[in-house]
Amino acid sequence: MNAQMHPQDGYTTADGRNIGPVLMEMRNITLRFGGVKAITDISFDIREGEIRAIIGPNGAGKSSMLNVISGFYVPQDGEVWYKGQKRPPMKPFQVARLGIARTFQNIALFEGMTVLDNVMTGRLNHMKSGLIAQAIWKGRAEAEEVANREVVEKVIDFLEIQAIRKTPVARLPYGLKKRVELARALAAEPSLLLLDEPMAGMNVEEKEDMSRFILDVNDEFGTTICLIEHDMGVVMDLSDRVVVMDYGKKIGDGTPDEVRSNQAVIDAYLGVAHD
Amino acid sequence: MDKSSLATGGLLSIPSLLQRNAQQFAAKPAYREKEFGIWQTWTWAEVQDEVDALALGLINLGVNEGDFIAIIGNNRPHLYWSMVAAQSVGAIPVPLYQDAAAEEMAYVLEHCGARFAIVEDQEQVDKVIEVQDRLHQFEHMIYLDPRGLRKYDHHKLHEFRHVQAQGRAARDEFTPDLAARRAKLDYASTCVMLYTSGTTGKPKGVVLSNRNIIESARNSCDFDNLRVGEEVLAYLPMAWVGDFIFSIGQAYWSGFCVNCPESAETMQTDLREIGPSYFFAPPRVFETMLTTVMIRMEDASPMKKWLFDRFMALAKRVGPAILDGKPVGAMDRAMYALGNMLVYGPLKNTLGFTNIRVGYTAGEAIGPEIFSFYRSLGINLKQLYGQTEATVFITVQPDGEVRADTVGVPAPGVELRIADTGEVFYRSPGVFEYYYKNAESTASTKDAEGWVATGDAGFIEPGSGHLRIIDRAKDVGKMADGSLFAPKYVENKLKFYPNILEAVVFGNARDRCCAFINIDLAAVGNWAERNNLSYSGYQELAGHPKVLDMVQAHVEEVNASVAADPMLSGCQIHRFLILHKELDADDGEMTRTRKVRRRIIEDKYADLIGALYDGSAQISTKTEVTYEDGRKGYISATLTLRDARVFPVTTQKVAAE
Repeated sequence: MNAQMHPQDGYTTADGRNIGPVLMEMRNITLRFGGVKAITDISFDIREGEIRAIIGPNGAGKSSMLNVISGFYVPQDGEVWYKGQKRPPMKPFQVARLGIARTFQNIALFEGMTVLDNVMTGRLNHMKSGLIAQAIWKGRAEAEEVANREVVEKVIDFLEIQAIRKTPVARLPYGLKKRVELARALAAEPSLLLLDEPMAGMNVEEKEDMSRFILDVNDEFGTTICLIEHDMGVVMDLSDRVVVMDYGKKIGDGTPDEVRSNQAVIDAYLGVAHD
Repeated sequence: MDKSSLATGGLLSIPSLLQRNAQQFAAKPAYREKEFGIWQTWTWAEVQDEVDALALGLINLGVNEGDFIAIIGNNRPHLYWSMVAAQSVGAIPVPLYQDAAAEEMAYVLEHCGARFAIVEDQEQVDKVIEVQDRLHQFEHMIYLDPRGLRKYDHHKLHEFRHVQAQGRAARDEFTPDLAARRAKLDYASTCVMLYTSGTTGKPKGVVLSNRNIIESARNSCDFDNLRVGEEVLAYLPMAWVGDFIFSIGQAYWSGFCVNCPESAETMQTDLREIGPSYFFAPPRVFETMLTTVMIRMEDASPMKKWLFDRFMALAKRVGPAILDGKPVGAMDRAMYALGNMLVYGPLKNTLGFTNIRVGYTAGEAIGPEIFSFYRSLGINLKQLYGQTEATVFITVQPDGEVRADTVGVPAPGVELRIADTGEVFYRSPGVFEYYYKNAESTASTKDAEGWVATGDAGFIEPGSGHLRIIDRAKDVGKMADGSLFAPKYVENKLKFYPNILEAVVFGNARDRCCAFINIDLAAVGNWAERNNLSYSGYQELAGHPKVLDMVQAHVEEVNASVAADPMLSGCQIHRFLILHKELDADDGEMTRTRKVRRRIIEDKYADLIGALYDGSAQISTKTEVTYEDGRKGYISATLTLRDARVFPVTTQKVAAE
């Protein structure tokens, strides 16, 4: 179901979900920092409704790839296609307006603000009223806030963080902060959700919770998800298709089973003798 | 119609009470639930409409009169309506403990032969599906929250809203049937079946009739003058008789409003937002709240701490007297009023107790310190003594006669008798009909004249007429030298220390007493933080020498106070250990209502008990634990055993010298 598949086609997963046509396509992406090649000529696609994972050892270029998708880095070579159109170089806030939301590897929340306020910031791109209107909170600003708050409350309910709604983020344990970050990304109602190591530093129970939420998000809202993760068990259980990177190059692409039996992947993860 | 049913104005069932409320209190709030951060309200008229729609839907699904319908989930208005809808169509609601594992549910579902279940969410649906194959009579399941259930096989699975919609669609067809079924309900028909938590053996299904529920609700509402306009927070398990009597019996009888929290974790916030006027909690909840307050005061600024300590000392001295309307000096009154402005008022507000008129605690003994703390703040906290078989009420404390060490006088309509063995017997209109499919237990619990054995040993205090409970009758034993062994008496004294969460005392037929201790992770953890002790979890903290020192001091204080009672002085604790894990209902060590299961603990930790009695200083052990999802694992630990100082009996002779 890889290269041969037509961009307009979909497929059905083992658990019976219907995956749609290509939502985002990376064509021959190369990213250099001075003389260092972080990504070399990588192509892959993300289809509507699927959970797509990018894995690889440390320094393989996974986060760089995510940053290319989110517009934080502009690749020197290659094209980014989104919803059937070639995307010109963009600032991250422009990318966000296209419906791409993300979480960060090392949590980027407003520590002094409450959970509710943090999640509300995820609605920023959906607020049209001006600064003054919002300050005096009349007319459209008020109606807008009520509508946005409703979306946010549904996300809070969905991720089961009602109990910490009014708690400042700084007071929360790590696992919950990760969940709040996911909430903020979800509040944007993205068509593509990027998760940068959503389970990093979590214990088994927290990982299970997070996995369940990721699956539920995909199932309930049909959100397309692209995630980077180190925990192989998690990746293989969650994702429909996996891209494997090593030293900036793509060394595998396919279903978890295909990837697992790929010799290049095994070598990259287990190491090979260099003679 | 007998005399008492005339007194209730011919209202002989919960559905008929609902019909009355829908007319009399049509626009008054009946239920509130916090959802999406906002309190949603249903009036009595709206509740009638919801219940009718569901009842019609149940008829449409094929519910017959006499069927059992299991209700599983957290306190949600929809689940309360489900119970009333079940009653309306002549079926019998059976609420189950929502945190029970699938295995435990299977027993109850099979025992009552439930044909239907109305459950809260995917978690409960999964549990029932897991055991479904073993349940021959089981047919349909209805769920409230569709999340995650979209892809399930919906042949026998229905969404709550859809069942209601189908009921509404079939209104013309089934309304006469519904009316006929409702008209058949009388005082003798079964109102609800509740399973006991099963301290010993398998749970028993207690069948309670409309007479039991309505009479008990009426008596208790009169006793405390509960009426329309009260606010209660429904947060205790729906399977527990107390919740049924408060949130359905009393609520429908007097027409007050039942508020359901957003989730179990938000209970404290919701409590504060609602500010109930009538509140019920087991001692554990009050303990936890007090512990939280004390921990936060430890971290407060010196000025605030000073103010708090000063005014709490005053409150302790005069607060209870002011509450009971006893004479108190003008100066003290003025200071108390000031304290109310500066400390008590804000504190009550934080706890959510600003509007409390009547508060009850029951289920376990409450520490005198904890009890008087709340009373000194001006919160009318009282104790009651009851059980499922009595439809809660056996004894209650009347206003103005409240004490920590008694459980009050017989509730209205209750007769008490103390047997020669010391066991307490009662007879009342609330006495249960029978145990379902268990004639043997029914006969051994309830005699021909309607007297029921409580299983508790106690005595009626001469003078005041208040009942005092010593211990479970079957737990009271004799030590090797013939002196009285009452483990609960000592355990309660230990548990009154905030640092000690749970204690289990052994000593029946032995020469001396020993104890297992569970520390309270919140209290001891905070203490450890303040003293710069680092720890990674319960097990490490429990094994810390300084924690052992602290617990040892508590044990010795308890020994000193036990020694003062000549009858029970043999129960002093000679040796103790701190368990390496918390006692847990999932491991079968406690009931779902968090009562210790002595026999099971004795078997499971036989090696530890052996070590306590053979004098060894340390023991290594390995214990099986069950996780919430039913998987099993092991934890191993090396425990330190400590000797505690015991005290000679302070006899009268010493005092005379």
